[in-house]
Amino acid sequence: MEWSFVIEKFALVTIVFVVTLVIAMYSTLAERKIAGFMQDRYGPDRAGIFGLLQPLCDGGKFFFKEEIIPAGAHKTLFIIGPTIAIITACISSAVIPWGQSLTIGDRVISLQVADVNVGILYMFGVVALGVYGIMLGGWASNNKFSLMGAIRAASQSISYEIAMGLSIIALLMVTQSLSLKEIVGQQSGFVNWNIWSQPLGFIIFMVCAFAECNRVPFDLPECETELVGGYHTEYSSMKLGLYMFSEYINMFVSSALMAALYFGGYNFPFMNDFGLSQNWITIIGVCIFFIKIFAFIFFFMWVRWTLPRFRYDQLMNLGWKMLIPLAIANIVLTGIITLIKDTYFS
Amino acid sequence: MQPLSNRKKVLEQKPMNFMERIYFPAIIKGLSITLRHFFKKIPTIKYPEQQRPYSKNFRGQHSLKRDEEGRERCTACGLCALSCPAEAITMIAAERTKEEEHLYREEKYAAVYEINMLRCIFCGLCEEACPKEAIYLDGPHVTADYLRKDFIYGKDKLVEPKFDITKLNS
Ligand code: SF4
Ligand code: SF4
Repeated sequence: MEWSFVIEKFALVTIVFVVTLVIAMYSTLAERKIAGFMQDRYGPDRAGIFGLLQPLCDGGKFFFKEEIIPAGAHKTLFIIGPTIAIITACISSAVIPWGQSLTIGDRVISLQVADVNVGILYMFGVVALGVYGIMLGGWASNNKFSLMGAIRAASQSISYEIAMGLSIIALLMVTQSLSLKEIVGQQSGFVNWNIWSQPLGFIIFMVCAFAECNRVPFDLPECETELVGGYHTEYSSMKLGLYMFSEYINMFVSSALMAALYFGGYNFPFMNDFGLSQNWITIIGVCIFFIKIFAFIFFFMWVRWTLPRFRYDQLMNLGWKMLIPLAIANIVLTGIITLIKDTYFS
Repeated sequence: MQPLSNRKKVLEQKPMNFMERIYFPAIIKGLSITLRHFFKKIPTIKYPEQQRPYSKNFRGQHSLKRDEEGRERCTACGLCALSCPAEAITMIAAERTKEEEHLYREEKYAAVYEINMLRCIFCGLCEEACPKEAIYLDGPHVTADYLRKDFIYGKDKLVEPKFDITKLNS
């Protein structure tokens, strides 16, 4: 292992980390702004122009709020809960390929922190761990509402992970690879995007992503109308901040994942037809990737301020009786189509 | 039983058909509605910078008026207090002395005149009751405060400042 490699990765990790945090920060503002516009009002606009300093104010406020640990709470687990939530949220972005490679001098720098060849499995593993943060936090609070929220979070994420995994299997049948880098690499240009071969799979994946991120209409773990605040009822100060932050980071990462898996990641139409140099293609590609991600984040928020919350039985019905059979049907369909393509059109 | 109104509606609970069960048409409809609102004109007034004009008959904080020589008009007759449905007005009357003729218009005046702004409902009946045209609700909003006692406005806050009548006419 050379030193330059370590430095390069370290820089990349730092950049990804900072970008993730900044995006999560500004998602909170964007959420409120979008909510405002959709409800015919302005949203926060007092701190800085267009309220651009609002996230800083919120962060500062979080830090200075009183830290409360309830008397009946399990103290260690109460602190571990939000820690796990934020850590898993942060490390999940490690396998996402942000762009092709940059060539500086004779070094080729790949814009992916870790090209794990089972990238998707890693992703699923980390996301599955993330629910522990919510579970531990909810259980350790020693509060009925928190426990209720934690139970809901656990059962919801288990149910939807199945459908999500199944929709991914259909995708893998098309791409023949588990490495995210390769999956994105295959989708160069525009017609090769996986959304064209896997539209149903994408819809299932997206619905499941909503459920995994605990976003409306599947935000049953928090649902303030029935569970006060759900799993973070007892949390205050920066611990609550960490939970919220991890939610927004999860949203960012799942947007990135959707863009990478189905919408070509950093690929953009006619990318190889302009005779641009490799570095320029990479830089434009990264920008395009982020535009796609922001579009998905906007979509997350758009849905949040449109739909009401599902009832719990509806959530379970949708997960088990609709999405899982659909995902299986999708696998079968993909298999048949691949077979026909291989036998007759190759 | 006889229905009380004709607005009764029998709710039909059919099981959802396929299109309704997959939710998507309804979701897309909802999304298009919210997106349309995204581009609508925002009716919000940015309050401290922008203010809506008050209506002409807006009733704000009371002011005790002076006459053209700058003397207080109120004669402490108590009619305003009597007419007040919220019993917000209290006063203590006093007799004017020789030296105070430039201060008060009538022989009797209100030494203490207090309105409890928490009780007042801004109905304007005091204004209507006053025979001396001494009280009008033509002020601004009564502002927020921290303590209840601070909402009892005395003469220091109610009596309008002295003004120069000659300037008003010119
Ligand atoms: S406005 Fe009405 S409630 Fe207020 S002091 Fe006058 S009479 Fe009383
Ligand atoms: S304000 Fe008018 S009604 Fe009230 S005490 Fe004075 S003169 Fe009488």
